[in-house]
Amino acid sequence: MSIVLEKQWNGDNARTKGKEPVSTPEQTNSIASCEDRRTVGIATVNNPRIRCVDVNVYYGNKHAIKNISLDVAHNEIIAMIGPSGCGKSTFLRCLNRMNDTIDNCTVTGKIELDGQNINDKSIDVVPLRARVGMVFQKPNPFPKSIYENVAFGPRIHGLAKDKTDLEEIVVTSLQRAGLWREIKDCLNQPGTSLSGGQQQRLCIARAIAINPEVILMDEPCSALDPIATAVIENLMNELCCDYSIVIVTHSMQQAARVSHRTAYFHLGDLIEVGKTEQMFTNPIHQLTSDYITGRIG
Amino acid sequence: MPDRLEGHTFRRFDGELDHLHTEILEMMALVFSQIQNAIESFQPQKQKTVYDIIEKEVRVNLLEKKIDSSIMEVLAKRGAVARDLRAIMGFSKMVTDLERLGDEAARITQISTKIYSKEYSSQDTGMLREIDIIGKHACAMLQEMIAVLKTLDSKRARKLLRRAGINEAFNASLRRLTTYVLEDTLKMKYVINIILILKSLERIDAHARNLAEYVIYIVSGDDIRHAEDNRQDADNKAR
Repeated sequence: MSIVLEKQWNGDNARTKGKEPVSTPEQTNSIASCEDRRTVGIATVNNPRIRCVDVNVYYGNKHAIKNISLDVAHNEIIAMIGPSGCGKSTFLRCLNRMNDTIDNCTVTGKIELDGQNINDKSIDVVPLRARVGMVFQKPNPFPKSIYENVAFGPRIHGLAKDKTDLEEIVVTSLQRAGLWREIKDCLNQPGTSLSGGQQQRLCIARAIAINPEVILMDEPCSALDPIATAVIENLMNELCCDYSIVIVTHSMQQAARVSHRTAYFHLGDLIEVGKTEQMFTNPIHQLTSDYITGRIG
Repeated sequence: MPDRLEGHTFRRFDGELDHLHTEILEMMALVFSQIQNAIESFQPQKQKTVYDIIEKEVRVNLLEKKIDSSIMEVLAKRGAVARDLRAIMGFSKMVTDLERLGDEAARITQISTKIYSKEYSSQDTGMLREIDIIGKHACAMLQEMIAVLKTLDSKRARKLLRRAGINEAFNASLRRLTTYVLEDTLKMKYVINIILILKSLERIDAHARNLAEYVIYIVSGDDIRHAEDNRQDADNKAR
């Protein structure tokens, strides 16, 4: 396949870095072959919140993430999909240096949050993780009251001037997470006493209480029923007005429903990134097409 | 089955798409023979085919409902995306066009029955020849379309769309038919019937072209319908 320029999401001029990208459906109208592992689609955006350039991750000798370049825009929900072991969660964890906690893990390349390289040795990971919050697959409320679960972050980061201020942060966060009406009369009950969906929303409230710029979500609805999932998805839709959201999901329908852009990972390579509606109706790469239509994975 | 419809991890999905494709082909074959019979019905010895056409019309209508129901079932169960979604959408659009092709065949047959009724004492072979000319063109188009549909071959579909349209032959026929009226105004009613048939044949050509466009959409994702309108719209916006 001939090499053509990668297009930017906002229609900006092309930028080609790292792996040489190939593209695009309307010009070529052909699908990149399975052997071609260069990223196709729209990997860069104007004025990104996060810019990743040539990111590699190694677990010991295992090359888990291969030379990935990808931007996350302001107020964007970007979904990462791919078969198990393709590196999407590993990549997500790079975005707030969660991989630092793994002994034999090495991350190379540049990851910038608002233009600042987060892998710089001078960067303190605690404020970084306040700026880039995370919600995990399994709800993990602290073994404390509902109130304390949300108040903990603002308190340790010194975000509240006094008790009234802290209360306001807690109430606002619970309201924004869509949980306030359900639990306003039982703030002193343990967070673990809530249902699965409520616990996950409590974790989201906890994440937004520290006023992050980006929220990372690693399969946030995989343990929830369809109603609780719909509530979380509605919440994501509202939160993206203020935050950038990066979500890893195994549910194609969820990626299609909630995200603006979708990125497809395969064996550590970023195969394709594009507008979600295009990815799910007319993907460029053969591997993307095979995966989303249930032919591989 | 064309390879682009198979290979799912859920093998039953392969079967369901294959089943849809087969039903579409069955409907296409029925409609094609209906149209062939309708054109042949203008030969006096083939007037008996009229009953076949009516019987096939019923089968086409029932197939339309059956395929629609199969499509609903697949959509409800599979959450299809990308080429699978395009295939289901394309098949769904094809069903409508195929049903209309069947309607055109029925319309032609109705007029043919009228022409051979007591209302007209004799047939004008010159005028009937016009039907033969346009009819052959429409049948050739449909025959090629069956092959395109069977293989879901987008290159062949594009080639089919590049074929000369029926319009030129249609206009030439209209000119010739006008001369008959000028010679004898009493032939007006007969000529109108012939023109209605030619119009139906012209619609058949248009429906066959629609089917080719759906094949291209299924295979490549290109929506080439109303290309001229899209260009016009882009020009207007650019101004």
